[in-house]
Amino acid sequence: MATNRHDHEHHRHDESESDVALRVKALESLLTSKGLLDSQALDMLVDTYENRVGPRNGAKVVARAWTDPGFKKRLLEDATAAVNELGFPPGPEGINLIVIENAPKVHNMVVCTLCSCYPWSVLGLPPVWYKSTAYRARSVSDPRGVISEFGTELDDDVEIRVWDSSAEVRYLVLPERPAGTEGMSEAELAEIVTRDSMIGVAKLSPPKRAARRRRAGNGRAEHRA
Amino acid sequence: MNGVHDLGGMHGFGPIPREDNEPVFHADWERRMYGIARLLMNARLFNLDEYRHAIERIPPPIYLGAKYYEKWAIGATGLLLEKGILKPSELKGIKPVKLNPTYSMGAKPSQASAFHRPPGVAKARFKPGDKVVARNVNPAGHTRLPRYARGKRGTIQFDEGVFPLPDLNAHGGGVLPQHVYSVRFTARELWGEKASPRESVSLDLWEAYLEPLNAGRANGRGSNGRGRR
Repeated sequence: MATNRHDHEHHRHDESESDVALRVKALESLLTSKGLLDSQALDMLVDTYENRVGPRNGAKVVARAWTDPGFKKRLLEDATAAVNELGFPPGPEGINLIVIENAPKVHNMVVCTLCSCYPWSVLGLPPVWYKSTAYRARSVSDPRGVISEFGTELDDDVEIRVWDSSAEVRYLVLPERPAGTEGMSEAELAEIVTRDSMIGVAKLSPPKRAARRRRAGNGRAEHRA
Repeated sequence: MNGVHDLGGMHGFGPIPREDNEPVFHADWERRMYGIARLLMNARLFNLDEYRHAIERIPPPIYLGAKYYEKWAIGATGLLLEKGILKPSELKGIKPVKLNPTYSMGAKPSQASAFHRPPGVAKARFKPGDKVVARNVNPAGHTRLPRYARGKRGTIQFDEGVFPLPDLNAHGGGVLPQHVYSVRFTARELWGEKASPRESVSLDLWEAYLEPLNAGRANGRGSNGRGRR
């Protein structure tokens, strides 16, 4: 077969969704016919990441940390082991999880500028925006602007720590527990934890009516190493 | 490689595209492609570093225009063809995207996967609190040292453990176990004096990417000019 090294130049935007679908279908059937792919294993793997692993798992981790100081301590020291206590399906081997804790004056945010590294075991697969060129480009140089675009205005005196996942550790943000949630159970708390708050592009609001944003120096403990 | 995938700090990509109630997969082919790629790596037909590099080798106009799992399909198909696991004739009328060449493609399927910690240990050169400089290098092959950090000064926060160096593992170069460190860079170091004094970026960097801040003269490697004497 003659190869045309300029194919790719004419290939772009007009390629329809169905063409990609056909190529993937052909790839799967070819690999299956060669015995290199097990369709049942594929079905199971996809089912796991589509239905059993997702941000609800991360929300349970956060709610447990908010309500169980011992768990929170273990989580911040060794998140991989602590999360295993909750019995979620394990992530790919060797991937270590680190949980980073927000504080009134410290906000953490996670990105992967080089590809799309994401804490699958606790958040599932990433949303399109996390994998977008726009987020990958801007989050490291303008995190405050990115967080603002997601609807949260951080006070100027809040320190922002961006974590660009460039190796095999994955990061989960432990958001601050919002005011007004004192009487809520662990299960109820898990319901209010959003995916975006665990990536760090948003803060959590009090469950009912958003209270006025705390002003700087309003009496909360602010010191952090 | 200084590829289009190395996006940190670039301008011009517009607002971040958000979708309410986004499904995990948007089409069945995305679902299948996710599973195919995971299983091929589990079977060690290629490793994660090779796969990331294959996606980086997608010609830039295609990389920027392709959907996420389309890049997975292009990268996986390209790698399988390069390794001879698939033949062009078997693709029956489906023209694969030709990946940009890599300088030292491993001829055989690699048996090493970045998902697997290598056996043995490596000695740690750095400890928390050490001041380091990310090397100013421009390798043509795979690396996980983004351009925006090269030549910049940072501080070791913690040791993440020992992992294969992707720069070799992506090229059939075998597993070189190395410590990976969390290194924090201030926004001002990365982006200049107009950046906020209350922002920082932490990267996970292999030891080979780092030098002690003042080691330029001592080890004869040559300072990158940023070391404080």
